[in-house]
Amino acid sequence: MDIKKETIASLHEKLVNKDITAEQLAAQTLDNIKANEKQLNTFITVNDKAIEDAKKVDAEGINGPLAGIPIGIKDNIVTNGIKTTAASKILYNFMPVYSATVMEKLAAAGAIDAGKTNLDEFAMGSSTETSFYGTSVNPWDFSRVPGGSSGGSAAAVAAGEVVAALGTDTGGSIRQPAAFNGIFGIKPTYGRVSRWGVIAFASSLDQVGVMSKRVEDSATVLSVIAGHDAHDSTSSEKEVPDYRANLSKDMHGVKIAVPKEFWHEGTHPDVLDNVNKALDAYKKMGATVEEVSLPTLKHAVEVYYVLASSEASSNLQRYDGVRYGYRAKDVKNIKDLFVNSRSEGFGDEVKRRIMLGTFALSAGAYDAYFKKAAEVRTIFINEMNDVLKDYDLIMGPSTTTPAFKIGEKVDDPLAMYMNDILTIPANLAGLPAASVPAGLADGLPVGLQIIGKPFAEQSVFNAAYALQEENKFYEQIPTALKGED
Amino acid sequence: MNFETTIGLEVHVELKTKSKMYSPSPVAYGAESNINTNVIDFGFPGTLPTVNKNAYRLGVMVGLALNADIENHTHFDRKNYFYPDNPKAFQITQQDKPLGHDGYIEIEVDGEKKRIGIEELHVEEDAGKNTHGNNGYSYVDLNRQGTALIEIVSKPDMKSPEEAYQYLENLRKIIQFTGASDVKMEEGSMRVDTNISIRPVGSDTYGTKVELKNLNSFNHVRLGLAYEEKRQAAILKQGGSIGQETRRFDEKSGETFLMRVKSGADDYRYFPEPDLPDYEISPEWIAEIKASLPETASVRRSRYINELGIPEYDAGVLTDTKEMSDFFDEAVSYDANPKLVSNWLMGEVNAYLNEKKIGLLDTKLTPEHLAKMINLISNGTISSKIAKKVFQETISNGTEPEEWVKSKGLVQESDPAVLKPMILEILDNNQQSIDDFKNGKDRAVGFLVGQIMKQTHGQANPKVVNKILMAELNSR
Repeated sequence: MDIKKETIASLHEKLVNKDITAEQLAAQTLDNIKANEKQLNTFITVNDKAIEDAKKVDAEGINGPLAGIPIGIKDNIVTNGIKTTAASKILYNFMPVYSATVMEKLAAAGAIDAGKTNLDEFAMGSSTETSFYGTSVNPWDFSRVPGGSSGGSAAAVAAGEVVAALGTDTGGSIRQPAAFNGIFGIKPTYGRVSRWGVIAFASSLDQVGVMSKRVEDSATVLSVIAGHDAHDSTSSEKEVPDYRANLSKDMHGVKIAVPKEFWHEGTHPDVLDNVNKALDAYKKMGATVEEVSLPTLKHAVEVYYVLASSEASSNLQRYDGVRYGYRAKDVKNIKDLFVNSRSEGFGDEVKRRIMLGTFALSAGAYDAYFKKAAEVRTIFINEMNDVLKDYDLIMGPSTTTPAFKIGEKVDDPLAMYMNDILTIPANLAGLPAASVPAGLADGLPVGLQIIGKPFAEQSVFNAAYALQEENKFYEQIPTALKGED
Repeated sequence: MNFETTIGLEVHVELKTKSKMYSPSPVAYGAESNINTNVIDFGFPGTLPTVNKNAYRLGVMVGLALNADIENHTHFDRKNYFYPDNPKAFQITQQDKPLGHDGYIEIEVDGEKKRIGIEELHVEEDAGKNTHGNNGYSYVDLNRQGTALIEIVSKPDMKSPEEAYQYLENLRKIIQFTGASDVKMEEGSMRVDTNISIRPVGSDTYGTKVELKNLNSFNHVRLGLAYEEKRQAAILKQGGSIGQETRRFDEKSGETFLMRVKSGADDYRYFPEPDLPDYEISPEWIAEIKASLPETASVRRSRYINELGIPEYDAGVLTDTKEMSDFFDEAVSYDANPKLVSNWLMGEVNAYLNEKKIGLLDTKLTPEHLAKMINLISNGTISSKIAKKVFQETISNGTEPEEWVKSKGLVQESDPAVLKPMILEILDNNQQSIDDFKNGKDRAVGFLVGQIMKQTHGQANPKVVNKILMAELNSR
């Protein structure tokens, strides 16, 4: 059996028919990961307990669509007894004593944690190059980044190591790597999925989501992990639909808005070409496509980097070497312990954002930076919601370019930050958004971004599903992996 | 040059809740280090706070009792700073939209009534505790981390250490009677930080503020402020200037000593706590809490005076603490005479507490037992002399008075048929006393009563004895 060609549904069928046991599936998954690891570096930690967990599932029976299905878990999601690092040296030895709510929900559904996938340190980055554990690589071209920050999850799915993986998305960290790896990825509405046990980057923007080759697999997983959680006061009490069962590719009468500002001057023509083709396809399916304007979008990157960095500067203060994680040696006093542990434990990008955020919150700068950014965010949210009063979906490219070269932007933070301009809007407004493969540009995948109304994940899934059934991109095998078959 | 003093107080009060402000860990004292903690209190990655609604309710109670306006739209804020006993490196507090604002407390100094304004009050979480071992290590105990606090910030309305003292006394009493906190300085459930400045009379700008710490009782607050007033005045009179500093009160010398000089304001980088949503505190909920507020000390005091006929001074003493007042109310509910209950509480009970240096609730005395004992006196079952024995037994051992009096045979002898022969016999044997009485020496009566009491082991009813004795003396 070649997992690369499987889906959650096809694996489920094999498990139910006993063509394969959960234990065998887990063992094969771990073998695949280990075999690929040198080339792809998608996982920080492989879960050696996966086989044990799978045996339990075999004993209890295949109850439900996720029972026995191995899933990759981004390593900023806390897993009891499995090392969780957020790809940072400061948590290089951190062994959690509790599990994130999404992990509890996956375990209750019988899903198997295959291991912890690579990411940019504390999810701060667009390439996985800021990971303490080294960059992951793109299965379509080993010289290119898989995107980030959920680059490990995306590459693992694209390479067929797992059928689905969890990611987190603060400014595009699911959608951008999904686009770069030619897979589907969804960031749900803020509050749809509990953040309990998700290592905070920017609390008002972070959201857990799902990545998979097929839209329907993400739909299955999201229905399992979503829902209200008493541990997370920002989680919604809205009922969770069965996204998979309700999937429909009927696009008749669907109103699509295309913000002209998404046609960013820096966007690669091949990307635009693929996105335009996708929009034409929707028109043929009976949808209407109209241009709209989001004038405040031009400030989105600045607003995002002020707010996200401010929250991060506070969220990351707890890593002080006192209770867990990396502790500097040979310190003379408590100040040294704090300063040295943090100076030695954090990487450059994390430090950059801590400094940026600390400045933005400081007494002299607060009004001009944090407060102003929060006000502009409100204006922007209203702009987005105004558009969504008249339209069902907002569409555009997921990224300005296909996957860039490893090392290409790592020394140019501003170029790296501008990379997020298309994905940030959905985070600032807390809206559900996905990237679905639209085609190839010079052999590299391009993603179409679909943004929906609050809690209208179903419409986002449906539109993505319609395009997937049209272009059947999932049949494509990543170029760089072709030689292996 | 004459100076006038300006004092502002910041008071932290621990709210009486079962669990912490933002985590479900239990609140309990004296436990082994780090036992009453969970992943939230440790600030583990991925943890999130949740608001303890009951703590907020208690905070609103305090706000209402302090005549404050309760904020209807509120949110929480982060106060950022590094310290080992502060595991998240931020405290979740309310900076921008505090729970309540613009309240006041009435005080009375030298017969003059005055209102002291409350700037604002807000809920927040306590920090853990650091201890320093003599082995070169420091230790962190997070049991207290996250305990619910309310901070009450006064306006700079106090003009003397005595006003500050009265403010604290009244604040303590008001909060105690709401039941929201134990407000005990000695147990740390009430903590006071003071700011004091002086300026020449007539000046329209405040002098430089000095912060005073290590004030472990209201009296220390008064003494420390009084010392500071003098110290600052002496400096200014000599042409010196006051430094912006934090000083420590030394209880042995009664002086204050420099702790640290403040170099500019600390930057806590306050910003809205993104892990908690904004909250609507509905007028309906506030009304519900208001309706549930227990009777205040001053209302109780008037009730004691006007309805129960307790003298004003006594009513004041009874309502000085909630535990005393609750005890009194409960004893009276067992049909004991209020005045007698009051007399016993203020007399024998207080004497006992002072002697043993303990609180009312530390004894085995119950309001029901006190009431029963008083009723035994009222209905003549025991004499007041015996009552003292019964009281000692009941307060020390928690013995039920009625049973004990019966089993020990301490019931008072009031039957004239039993007492008269005894009295006659004593008179017959003490002709001298009779003669003395006839010669106007009243002391003779006391001697004779003493003889009767001796013979009855103190159980003779003095009233009955007196009546028979006087009748007999006058007839001889």
